[in-house]
Amino acid sequence: MNDILALVEHRQGAIRDITYELLTCGRKLAEKQNTKLTAVLLGHGTDKMIEQLKSKAHRLLVIDNELYKEFNAETYQITLADIIQKQNPFLILIGHTAFGWDLCPALATQLRIPFTTDCLDVEITDSIIKVTRQMFDGKLNAHVTLREHPSYVVTLRSGSIPAEDGNLTAEINKMETPVTVEPEYRKFIEYIEAAIGEVDITKADIVVSVGRGIKDQSNLPLLEDFANTVGGVLGCSRPVVDAGWLPKDRQVGSSGKTVKPKLYIALGISGAFQHIVGMKAADTIIAVNKDPNAPIFNEADYGIVDDLFKVVPALKSKIVELRQAKG
Amino acid sequence: MDIIVCVKRVPQTAEAEVKVDSSKKDIIKDRLTFDMNESDTYALEEAILLKEKYGGTLTVVSLGPVETEDTLRIALAKGADHAIRIKAEDFGELDGYKTAQILKELIEDVKYDLIFTGCMATDDAYSQVGVTLAELLGIPHATMVTKIEVVDNKAYVHRELEGGLLEHLEIVLPALCTIQTGINDPRYASLIAIRRAAKKEIKALGKSEIPSENITLNSILEELFTPPVGKRAEILTGSMDEISTKLSGIMKEKGLI
Repeated sequence: MNDILALVEHRQGAIRDITYELLTCGRKLAEKQNTKLTAVLLGHGTDKMIEQLKSKAHRLLVIDNELYKEFNAETYQITLADIIQKQNPFLILIGHTAFGWDLCPALATQLRIPFTTDCLDVEITDSIIKVTRQMFDGKLNAHVTLREHPSYVVTLRSGSIPAEDGNLTAEINKMETPVTVEPEYRKFIEYIEAAIGEVDITKADIVVSVGRGIKDQSNLPLLEDFANTVGGVLGCSRPVVDAGWLPKDRQVGSSGKTVKPKLYIALGISGAFQHIVGMKAADTIIAVNKDPNAPIFNEADYGIVDDLFKVVPALKSKIVELRQAKG
Repeated sequence: MDIIVCVKRVPQTAEAEVKVDSSKKDIIKDRLTFDMNESDTYALEEAILLKEKYGGTLTVVSLGPVETEDTLRIALAKGADHAIRIKAEDFGELDGYKTAQILKELIEDVKYDLIFTGCMATDDAYSQVGVTLAELLGIPHATMVTKIEVVDNKAYVHRELEGGLLEHLEIVLPALCTIQTGINDPRYASLIAIRRAAKKEIKALGKSEIPSENITLNSILEELFTPPVGKRAEILTGSMDEISTKLSGIMKEKGLI
């Protein structure tokens, strides 16, 4: 079987965690299939990154050029298409991140290679690729196979395969860029950092987080009051920010903040993976949701399957009682 | 400015229980409501806002069963000029790649400045159609867009990256953007507008209008199943008084009260 390729993802000079997850996945697959893993690093000023990566793949293919300082789907696509056409890898692994999301379908379509996205796991049996992925708001898993072909592209969801250390010594191949002219039709301008709000939810010991289940903005004061009673701050999941009910700096999840409080109370949050990655490191998680199969209950320590508007007032009065008893 | 918006009608599963049917390849739908995919409603709104600012024609396209025409009618009521349904019943099993190829056959002969799609459909969650369609049409794209400004023949867009970071970039029109939720505040259609839209034509196109001989499927759905249970929460039961006593007890024990 031909090589497995994994694309190194970096941003603002640092290798991102997904890279090590992709390389772990790639090493395991290569070992089973008796083939080699090649890490592809497109960057600028790559010496430090090469050091960080060389134990994690059999081969490290490096193109160091200013063109790759920041991610640009178009320059990456031109470059990777050239590499893939020359090397004919069996499988190309890319992160299902803002980066891979932008790149994979275009790259694979250009080369007419079957691809699939946002996978939790990849298996190879007799040169057939089978992936596990989620559908229907993360409430069901699916097994999906890809149309038979000599090559495949798969994007892997962040956090689905824990990164492991490697003990390989990569052969390092440096190449020249195949990009002769920088594309005019898409240009990176700048990064814009998130605005800093008045409350930093990443510093709080207790976060009371609210989701779609709170129904209406008019219910927020009740929940804010509950957060105050518990001694915490109010956070939320994406739909609450999308609706304009709370500012972006309160959002917990992959496109918002990652929090690690002592206690996280999730109210009316079903637990899409984008939310889970932002809060799963909390010491204790309590979830309240009406749907007994909500994915949040797979992450929580304690769950209540009921209407949050019944639970919140009852719990609040118990906490007040306990406080008063304590004096 | 001529804009095409591609939308999908999906079951609303965020707040509902979802169960696999006996074929293991679909879900039990009879107790679910259907509506326009969430990010598509933002894509449609963004297109309406641009049309209000710059004029031009707004066309909404959807590949789906006949019920999709209800969804398209709401889009007409909100401000779309034309609506086209591609008959899903003519094309068999679909994935992101196949959907994009069908849309390409329809769109390649139409004049447009921008194409919008939602950034992800909540049912199959592939996030493939937009970028694949852009590649097939040979136009630039940007995904997970949270802001668009059009100046002459360029769009200046913000893309949402991880951790609250945004990427500001420039793309030359015609281009395709996949729109992230929260970019705007989608309007509701007024009753009068809905009544007016009831009289508008929705074009339905099938395999006689859209050649499908060379269209392929990448992904074959083998089975749907309930995810394996990981570290399952301890579910507290009893009366509300008992539950809240237990919970506050746990919080006290952990030194959180």
